[in-house]
Amino acid sequence: MSQDEAVLPGGAIEGARKAGGKVNPLWTFGLLRSELLTTFRRWRTLALLAVLAAVPILVGIAVKIETGDGGSMGGGGPQGGGPAFISQITNNGLFLVFTALAATLPFFLPMAIGVIAGDAIAGEANAGTLRYLLVAPAGRSRLLLTKYATTMAFCLVATLVVAISALTVGALLFPLGELTTISGTRISFAEGLGRALLIALVVAASLIGVAALGLFVSTLTNSGIAAMATTVGLLITVQILDQIPQLHALQPYFFSHYWLSFADLMREPVYWDDLVKNLGIQGLYAAVFGSAAWARFTTRDITA
Amino acid sequence: MAPYESDDSTTAVEGVDDLPSGRRKAARYVVPVTVVGVAAATIGLVPAIADSGDPDLPKITAEQLIEKIAQSDVEQLSGTVKISTDLGLPDLGGLGAGFASGAMASGSGDGSSADPSAKLTELASGTHTLRVAMDGENKQKLSLLENASEYSLIHNGKDVWGYDSKSNEVFHGTAEEAKGGQEKEDVPATPKDFAEEALKAVDDTTSVTVDGTAQVAGRDAYRLLIKPKQSGTTVGAITVAVDAKTGMPLKFTLTPSSGGAAVIDAGFTQVSFAKPAASTFDFTPPKGAKVTEEDELEGKGGEHGAPKSEDELRKEFEKEFGKDFDKDFGMELDGPKAGDKTGKVAPEGGPEVIGEGWNSVAVFDTGGEGVPSGAEVGGEMGGFLDSLGDKVTGKFGSGTVFKTRLINALITDDGKVYVGAVDKDALVKAADSGK
Repeated sequence: MSQDEAVLPGGAIEGARKAGGKVNPLWTFGLLRSELLTTFRRWRTLALLAVLAAVPILVGIAVKIETGDGGSMGGGGPQGGGPAFISQITNNGLFLVFTALAATLPFFLPMAIGVIAGDAIAGEANAGTLRYLLVAPAGRSRLLLTKYATTMAFCLVATLVVAISALTVGALLFPLGELTTISGTRISFAEGLGRALLIALVVAASLIGVAALGLFVSTLTNSGIAAMATTVGLLITVQILDQIPQLHALQPYFFSHYWLSFADLMREPVYWDDLVKNLGIQGLYAAVFGSAAWARFTTRDITA
Repeated sequence: MAPYESDDSTTAVEGVDDLPSGRRKAARYVVPVTVVGVAAATIGLVPAIADSGDPDLPKITAEQLIEKIAQSDVEQLSGTVKISTDLGLPDLGGLGAGFASGAMASGSGDGSSADPSAKLTELASGTHTLRVAMDGENKQKLSLLENASEYSLIHNGKDVWGYDSKSNEVFHGTAEEAKGGQEKEDVPATPKDFAEEALKAVDDTTSVTVDGTAQVAGRDAYRLLIKPKQSGTTVGAITVAVDAKTGMPLKFTLTPSSGGAAVIDAGFTQVSFAKPAASTFDFTPPKGAKVTEEDELEGKGGEHGAPKSEDELRKEFEKEFGKDFDKDFGMELDGPKAGDKTGKVAPEGGPEVIGEGWNSVAVFDTGGEGVPSGAEVGGEMGGFLDSLGDKVTGKFGSGTVFKTRLINALITDDGKVYVGAVDKDALVKAADSGK
């Protein structure tokens, strides 16, 4: 980043002093705060979060209606369909959190991230506000970092919205209490809550890769829509490729390949192998596409 | 044109870097490329570096190693096992699994029930991760890890629980506390049995050697190489990695004589000989779970995919949990041969056996008509049937050979079935001699 400071227009730093009256690190924080506020105040963002919050409500009500007559869910035998953990919801509302996350992680969550990340740079360029952001003395690297941090914050918020909505619906519609791990052992409700929080964090971390990919795409174009569409398109493509058995040699390197490994946290003892691989892959994607986005954004001609 | 001006000024200041803009741009892209390169190198090299060091262990003879296995008294253990099975079965889902399970069931000398538990027969193809834990005779647990679900088989005292977390169904059976004597006689289940059997086999049709050392699940191990001396068998070699400290077999690999990938590769990826937590073996059916008691199940004949019969379950359980888990798994798959290699006569009611050693072939008389040929069935199904097997003729008449990479079966038109880990010619020879 020091390199970038050197790159800054000489007068800009003066401007920062004048404008903020503060030193640079705090100024970055201010930039992040304003970015966060802009992002989370947008109707688009709120609508996305509302859709995400609706998923567990729908799942919860559907399960409640389905099992209202005393029947049990997933009675179709061991091959019973539906997202993971769905058969346990009626016995413990906490499982709705896991089911909702398992249901939203493949598409809803990454799609929302794709929209936010794709919009990050390209959206500003599209609206013609990017150059004004760059006139401010933040520097391109710092602006990019801020954008990425905002996207990650959205990952976390989106996941938590799903989890909290699911927990609320689960608590309202179903009993809570001690729960059985998928290994058959029992854990207390408090530990279950702890694991639910851990799972939400892991799910949020699973989205780091998509966020970096979306940010990179976003630096390539001046059209916000194009960036969002490309990111979501890539997401769907990768998900489809992940289902093709002939590509099994490549699949471990897809960002979505280990997504559902968060369920391993519900094993006793926890099975860490795939979780670690998942986080490693996300880190790798963040490094590769983050640096590619930086290379592109800091060298590109900003024309809008 | 204000924006362009500001842009220009930025460019101008950036130009202070002394580098032509093209080269500077290129230089920045070096970063992501480097990251990719480093990542690729790490992924490629780290396992290679980690694998390179075969541990230095004192030299040992095959007899000493077998003795070591025999003396192994591992009572407490927990670990993760990865099993890859590649029988070369056509991927037909249930049909393929059914065929394999048939072979497995008959192999273990249990001709009666040809529908073993669906869960454990899944192991017959693909790669699976299992978790095992044991604490003495009366506490064992075996879990089959699936996507976001798990199938657990828990033996604690006199209870045997099967729990399928995906469907939230529970199976409950009982076991006598001091149990298992009978079934253990059928197949060599303890390391001691195995070692004795293996020793007998050394002079006969098999060569047993120590083939260096290896690292398995972070532990130093000797590699015991078992090779058939006869030709005609589909078994190329069996390698068993034996823990140098405890004498516990850690990895079992069976390669076919036709070459290529291992047919069975089962080994610990992580193992600990500490006492597992007692809670591991505790099980109470979760609220709302559908519990099937073994008595009900006998009546209904196991309508769910859950374990079919308690007997079967226990058998599988015993086998999976024989102290030498890995070898047992092998025995299960190449049962007829493994049993006979050691000169054991098949139990009463079991199949008749032709040939000896690795080339022995088990014969069943189904009394039926054999497999209908494609022409009889007609249509698409007929073509499908024909594509599965090769037609053969010989002194015995004619029949169809069904092939996998390890076990081949000849079903004659008069309803006899010849099964063995031998090639097609050997099957025909066996059928001829049986006539």
